[in-house]
Amino acid sequence: MSSLTDLSVHELHELLIKREVSAVEVAKTYLKRIDEVDSKVRAYLTLTPDQALAQAEEADRCLSRDVEEATPLTGIPMGIKDVICTCGVRTTCGSRMLENFVPPYSATVIERLEAHGAVMLGKLNMDEFAMGSSTENSAFYPTHNPWDLERVPGGSSGGSAASVAARTCACSLGSDTGGSIRQPSSHCGVVGMKPTYGRVSRYGLVAFASSLDQIGPITRDVTDCALLLNVISGYDPRDSTSIPRDVPDYTLSLIPGLEGCTIGLPKEYFVSGLDPDVERAVKTAVSALEGQGARLVEVSLPHTEYAVATYYIIAPAEASSNLSRYDGVKYGLRAQGFKDLTDMYKKTRSQGFGPEVKRRIMIGTYSLSSGYYDAYYKKASQVRTLIVQDFRHAFKDCDVIAAPVAPTSAFRLGEKVDDPLQMYLSDIFTIPANLAGIPGISVPCGMDHNGLPIGLQLMATHFGEQSLLKAAYNLELAMGPWRNWPAV
Amino acid sequence: MDYEAVIGLEVHVQLQTATKIFCPCPTTFGALANTHTCPVCIGMPGVLPVLNRKVVEFAIKMALAVNCDIAPFNVFARKHYFYPDLPKGYQISQYESPLAEHGWLDIEVDGRTRRIGITRIHMEEDAGKLMHDENRPVSYVDLNRTGVPLIEIVSEPDIRSPEEAVAYLKKLRQLVRYLGISDGNMEEGSMRCDANISLRPSGQKGYGTRSELKNINSFRHVQRALEYEIRRQTALLLDGQDVVQETRLWDAARGVTFPMRGKEEAHDYRYFPDPDLVPVEIDSAWLTRIREELPELPDAKRIRLKRQYGLSDYDLEILTASRSMADYFEGCVAQFPHPKTVSNWICVELVRLLRQGDQEIDTCPVSPAGLAGLLEMIDNGTISGKMAKDILQQMYHTKKSAREIVEEQGLAQMSDESQLRIVIERVMEGHPKEVERYRAGKTKVLGFLVGQVMRETRGQANPKKVNELLEKALNP
Repeated sequence: MSSLTDLSVHELHELLIKREVSAVEVAKTYLKRIDEVDSKVRAYLTLTPDQALAQAEEADRCLSRDVEEATPLTGIPMGIKDVICTCGVRTTCGSRMLENFVPPYSATVIERLEAHGAVMLGKLNMDEFAMGSSTENSAFYPTHNPWDLERVPGGSSGGSAASVAARTCACSLGSDTGGSIRQPSSHCGVVGMKPTYGRVSRYGLVAFASSLDQIGPITRDVTDCALLLNVISGYDPRDSTSIPRDVPDYTLSLIPGLEGCTIGLPKEYFVSGLDPDVERAVKTAVSALEGQGARLVEVSLPHTEYAVATYYIIAPAEASSNLSRYDGVKYGLRAQGFKDLTDMYKKTRSQGFGPEVKRRIMIGTYSLSSGYYDAYYKKASQVRTLIVQDFRHAFKDCDVIAAPVAPTSAFRLGEKVDDPLQMYLSDIFTIPANLAGIPGISVPCGMDHNGLPIGLQLMATHFGEQSLLKAAYNLELAMGPWRNWPAV
Repeated sequence: MDYEAVIGLEVHVQLQTATKIFCPCPTTFGALANTHTCPVCIGMPGVLPVLNRKVVEFAIKMALAVNCDIAPFNVFARKHYFYPDLPKGYQISQYESPLAEHGWLDIEVDGRTRRIGITRIHMEEDAGKLMHDENRPVSYVDLNRTGVPLIEIVSEPDIRSPEEAVAYLKKLRQLVRYLGISDGNMEEGSMRCDANISLRPSGQKGYGTRSELKNINSFRHVQRALEYEIRRQTALLLDGQDVVQETRLWDAARGVTFPMRGKEEAHDYRYFPDPDLVPVEIDSAWLTRIREELPELPDAKRIRLKRQYGLSDYDLEILTASRSMADYFEGCVAQFPHPKTVSNWICVELVRLLRQGDQEIDTCPVSPAGLAGLLEMIDNGTISGKMAKDILQQMYHTKKSAREIVEEQGLAQMSDESQLRIVIERVMEGHPKEVERYRAGKTKVLGFLVGQVMRETRGQANPKKVNELLEKALNP
């Protein structure tokens, strides 16, 4: 039998309900593995062993009382990206500004996970306020890619993806504003989904760019992704942008065969600059989907080339506004030794935010300023509408769009830190789904010549998560079970 | 040269919904600092606003009352600035698409009716309050008020004098009170006013350079601040100088306006649509329902009361001042159907008592039925009008009914004819000369004899009855 920590959520669930293993045993095994491995990976910012064991004991009580009461997540140890508020557990957003911030409330997704009996092991590292593509912008320390510790895990949910790959949690939650779930999932060889905007409540997710942010699962396989999505999805009266729409049982989409499914290949995504290994892996995956019965068509998303520029107006504009609340008055960091109110604001924000956050606050403040608003924010909003229309048009001809997640596999730590533009371009294929509000998933589809994982991105129309899961599940079937975990 | 003032007002009105605009905290005034707060209104990380639709209803009521067009789609925008009383670093307001536009309001000054245009009405959230330590350079923040709903009502520059400005504000206050959407109390800050004012040579069409006056918190201060500003700008213009476009603060203690520091003024609010809130759609069904809920508004009420009861303009002014005053009047008339008498008693006696007791009609200790009961006793001769004034005062202070007071103190008029005849007989016997003179044609003596009967009965005799019976007795 493979180690407990190598098991997927659904495999672990089988053992738990058969009482072949207890939730406390599972939690202890994970805590032990974190102890052994996380000094190398550095995926965690905060560990919550006491809470984990208490929740595991509760899960065991539930399991021994009546197995029927147990949910697929009962006793499952999880990690949570540190941008999601957890009542009584510090939530730093990877920032000095919130280094000691302990929220007195939990995000809606946390309440749902708790209600389903999940166990929280701790809070996971990330780029500061989710701004970045490598987790190097964490104010505390970078996270390392379990496949090659010299490389980044991707970002901003680098801790969430690396911990799942390093088997220091069974699954995790991340958040995705421009690719922050899908890109690190691709770099770490795990499954990561950004659901439709409005599918999952944002209440308690510390806002980066409110119109783009969405919480999603990062898991070992597609089945786990569906299980987690079942729990976190649904309308929340505390989030006006969440959508009152029934949540189907997503595991019902996990059926073999793609007959009748048309997969679109956007020509704008297969261009020069795409790493040959990535292109080969993606094309192999697409053939595998065809082998499962899917029909392939070429589609066009003509405004793709404007997506990054559009995103880097809209996201920083919203961020500059969302981050105004960190002023040293009410909670979080307050700088010492200021001479007046303005000085307190300046010193607090200068000391509390890292360079990338400051850069985006400045970009956003500029683009919302009077005299520039029309040329930047308003224009970007108009282009965003064109990108939405691109997808609407493309989805007339196909059910699912297949594309690379990132132009390359994981890059080296430090490789792009001094070149923000290069860093921004690593999100070129993931940003459009956020701008359009549609769901996207990254599924492992191969390795490059350095033995680094590569993901295939699948996108569907609004609330098309079922199509995504079905296609992703078939890719998993066609390529054989993904059991090739890094030997960290 | 003669100058004409051009004034436009921006009025903020706190709406008295039970809960705040974007969270379930209560809006009540006067609670211990920071006790009416939650993660949402104090701007904690990750929390989200959820619109209280009651706020939209209240705002729509105001918009309908001043004849505005209502926008079918409402977008909230963020207005950014840093200040410790603004926990999110932005205020949620409306910018490009306000709730309502193009309305008007009629005011009356010196018997002349003037129509003041309403440019726009929009919804927004209030900020908190700072309290400064008098001994140390420290300030405290109270966020109870943060997120209390406001509407901002912006007038056209149609106002021409401080008196008109005050009349406009009083009319707005009357309307918000009629609508039941605010108490409109300027002193407590539930109604706040900024004034834009410029001068121009009389007869000129274009506008002069304006100043914006802030920090005016009563009707009297509005009047005084505008008067001061007119004098100040007139002096500048007569002296050949220019008025500077600036924001000025009213200093009530010194009775002057002075310029706000330039830095505090130089704001770029960086408005943009709030991505946390979805646009509010106001469909015709919703509008119709709110329209049906609207109470009779002051102008309409005035016209109806005049037609229905034939009251004087002076009385109508008092009786329509508030909805509760008019309700009081009509409640009383319903039980004592003599509108003019009721009106007289309310407008003179009751208003005087209320004023003395610093009370509003809502809290009047005498109910409409109570007043009707008193008037009924005058009408049936139980008491005299003069006694009734005294009884009303006692009713006001003791909350007893007129009947209770009259019975307790034996104040009922002596109207019983047999009893009165005995007294009359006694008086006639005691004053034979006067009886003689009367019978000789000096009928003026009757007054004297009536007076004697009243004295004998310690004022309790019904004077009308006494007259009647005495005349009969003197002319057998």
